[in-house]
Amino acid sequence: MVTYIVRRLITAALILLGASFLVYLLTAASGDPLEEYRASSAPNKQQLIDARTELLQLDIPAPLRYFKWLGGAAQCLIPFANSCDLGKNIAGQPITDALGHALIQTLTLVTGATILAILIGITLGIVTALRQYSTLDYGVTFMAFLFFSLPIFWVAVLLKEFGAIGFNDFLRNPEVPMATALAIGALSGVITAVAAGGAMKRRLLTGGVAFLFVSAVLIYFSATEWFKNPGLGPVVIAIAGVGIAFAVTLLSAGLKNRKALQSSLIAVGVGLVVYFVIQPLLDEATFLMMVLLAVAAVLVGLAIGFLMGGYDRGQSMRAAALTSFLVGFLIMLDRYMQAWPSYFNNSRVRGRPIATIGASTPNIEGDFWILSLDSFTHLILPTLALILISLAGYTRFTRASMLEIMNMDYIRTARAKGLSERTVVMRHAFRNALIPIATIVAFDIGGLIGGAVITESVFSVRGMGFLFLDGIQHIDPNPVMGVFICVAITAMVFNLIADLAYSALDPRVRVKA
Amino acid sequence: MAESAGVDGPDVVGIEPVLEAKGLSQGQIVRKRFLGHSGAIIGLVVFAIIFIMAFTSVGYAGIPGWWKYSHEDVSPLINDGAPTASIFPPAWGEHPFGQDRIGRDLFAMTMRGAQQSITIMIVIGLIAGLIGVIVGALSGYFRGWTEAVLMRLTDVIIIIPALLLAAVMAQLAGRRDSGSWFASFASNNGVLAIGIFLGLISWVGLARLMRGEFLSLREREFVDAARISGASNARIIFKHILPNAVGVLIVNVTLTMSAAILTETALSYLGVGVKAPDTSLGLLISQNQAAFATRPWLFWFPGLFIVLICLSINFIGDGLRDAFDPRQKKFNAKKAAEIEVDPAPVTAFDELKGK
Repeated sequence: MVTYIVRRLITAALILLGASFLVYLLTAASGDPLEEYRASSAPNKQQLIDARTELLQLDIPAPLRYFKWLGGAAQCLIPFANSCDLGKNIAGQPITDALGHALIQTLTLVTGATILAILIGITLGIVTALRQYSTLDYGVTFMAFLFFSLPIFWVAVLLKEFGAIGFNDFLRNPEVPMATALAIGALSGVITAVAAGGAMKRRLLTGGVAFLFVSAVLIYFSATEWFKNPGLGPVVIAIAGVGIAFAVTLLSAGLKNRKALQSSLIAVGVGLVVYFVIQPLLDEATFLMMVLLAVAAVLVGLAIGFLMGGYDRGQSMRAAALTSFLVGFLIMLDRYMQAWPSYFNNSRVRGRPIATIGASTPNIEGDFWILSLDSFTHLILPTLALILISLAGYTRFTRASMLEIMNMDYIRTARAKGLSERTVVMRHAFRNALIPIATIVAFDIGGLIGGAVITESVFSVRGMGFLFLDGIQHIDPNPVMGVFICVAITAMVFNLIADLAYSALDPRVRVKA
Repeated sequence: MAESAGVDGPDVVGIEPVLEAKGLSQGQIVRKRFLGHSGAIIGLVVFAIIFIMAFTSVGYAGIPGWWKYSHEDVSPLINDGAPTASIFPPAWGEHPFGQDRIGRDLFAMTMRGAQQSITIMIVIGLIAGLIGVIVGALSGYFRGWTEAVLMRLTDVIIIIPALLLAAVMAQLAGRRDSGSWFASFASNNGVLAIGIFLGLISWVGLARLMRGEFLSLREREFVDAARISGASNARIIFKHILPNAVGVLIVNVTLTMSAAILTETALSYLGVGVKAPDTSLGLLISQNQAAFATRPWLFWFPGLFIVLICLSINFIGDGLRDAFDPRQKKFNAKKAAEIEVDPAPVTAFDELKGK
């Protein structure tokens, strides 16, 4: 095992050396960095040329410059020496600073999108595999192919037009006409009926309930101008919480496990009490506090499950912890909604909250809620675009993997033992289907930080992709190299992790030592 | 396959009869399955229509087409350039897809762009397929040093970002003054150059897959048999192993091609692909995205064609994958649902025993 890892790392290092040499030469050979000065008629033309030659060391041939750069980059390997030197970009800024800034921007953009795409994609994949060849399956498959074929820049422009400009116009006067409300209701009714499955009568019933519910909610929202002053309130949180408790228990322990259901419901009750107690504390919120509160919510859930005891403590603890985390999320969502009117009327936002470019409103001031709402409204469109594009792959892959597992003999054995369908799907099939997915997830996370060049350029986010593109356009090798090294190292490390994870998760696969 | 033919043979409801039992050849089975895949057939028809429209309307390689405008012609704006095509009543009109700001016909430009995208796609498919097969076959069959060198080369190419290579190539091609053979070739055949270039970098995934196929196939008995009867390495590779790997190859070439269309449009969008005065679907979107509020059709039609081409290729690829996969049993849900009312036969075996 250790020899395997060491050998992989050594090969990776050699590949990295070769590839980085090529990248450096290619960037340097791609054009003339002095071109903009050669044609200029500025009186200090020669001076400018000299300054840039000095800055980029253009008097040294490119292969030698690479080794100079390598010498600086090698210092990054010395731990705690803080003498990392990746050169400077064309504006004279050290690359290490620029990289740090760009990395934060890219990660805030891509992390949420990837996590959501993985969650939604896996869920859709499993549901379609369980309902193979149903209308739902065909619909989702078609959508997956469609999203897979969409150019991201096209989606991005459409989202800007309808998601930002259109939605902002709607928010100015948030009235949903009766016909629109009924149409949206009918649409969600049809989707629910298709997704529900089972006998036709049950489908129609579910679809009808969904139609009535969505239409009524939209008409109510329109009448009370909910979109201007959104909020959940304790009643909605209580109802939604009970729903969550039932859903979580159904999935994690089964409704027959009364102890688990009771623990989840108690967690909802505790959450409701906390809702009233915690409001003054939430006004002073910081990011760290939110993280701590989330951890606390999970711990409270675990404690409830533990105290309930019963024959299977673990299941109760799991169900209650999940429920209390989700209820905590609802409470946080409610607090965000309370902050919405003041964000909406902020002098910098001026009633057009959904932004089309950048990562934050310039010079905006406010508390934690206002600031995070601000980055949320900036992130929502690029995140949506990225989710749409990457959803298809996860859905198809999970579906294929799940179908393969569901045809295995041990699934038949599990059914023959008389296990419930929930146990068969969640315990036996789902966990094994996750093994191949874990490797592509690791693979994708490795590609995360270099992944969104076009999205960044459409939405003007100054992340890694922007740095890279800018370096190429100015024929400036240092930023290109900086981005390349970061992306290549993470990609290789995560490739290795993917391989090791596969052999750790699936004992049938052994790495060659 | 022989034993399973008895189990889920023609009698099993909802599962198509095993075609091998009828004495059909591999090619016939694949063709039958492909023709039975409705998504793939629809994809094929849509792609054929787009292909014929794109290449006959504005002409190709100097041959004039049936459409009266070319993508460079400027004509006076009619009705401020709005599309004249309509479905009710069916009408085609002077400028079916509308005109841009200076009066160029969008139908001609879109057709030209579709032509470019399809050309690039085919060139990429050919080059990537060829190099991928050769590299994959050599490294998978010979192993040892050949494999080590070729696979490390693949690793290096995978890790270098395509965007950088495209930018470098665009810069080199843009240097008309330097008068190198490359610059003159690229300025005369812009799309071909991009296609060849993208083909030269997108073979890596294929090579890895083919290597995997060859690694497993070379251990099979029929390869040993061929070697013992004195077949040369070349004969074993091309006559014995390659035909068995051709399914994986075709499917993945199709998928590479559909990905390549998106890559080309993305590169053109970023300004390092096809350049004005020539046009491509990605370039059209990039040029017209600012005009979305005033002339949305300039944005809709090129995007629609990208999506249609890519979608039809993806469906064709999906159909091919199903057709080539011997494990796949096409399952007719309707037939199964009709019969599933009778709960008596629990498994296929029970039902057969009853007869």
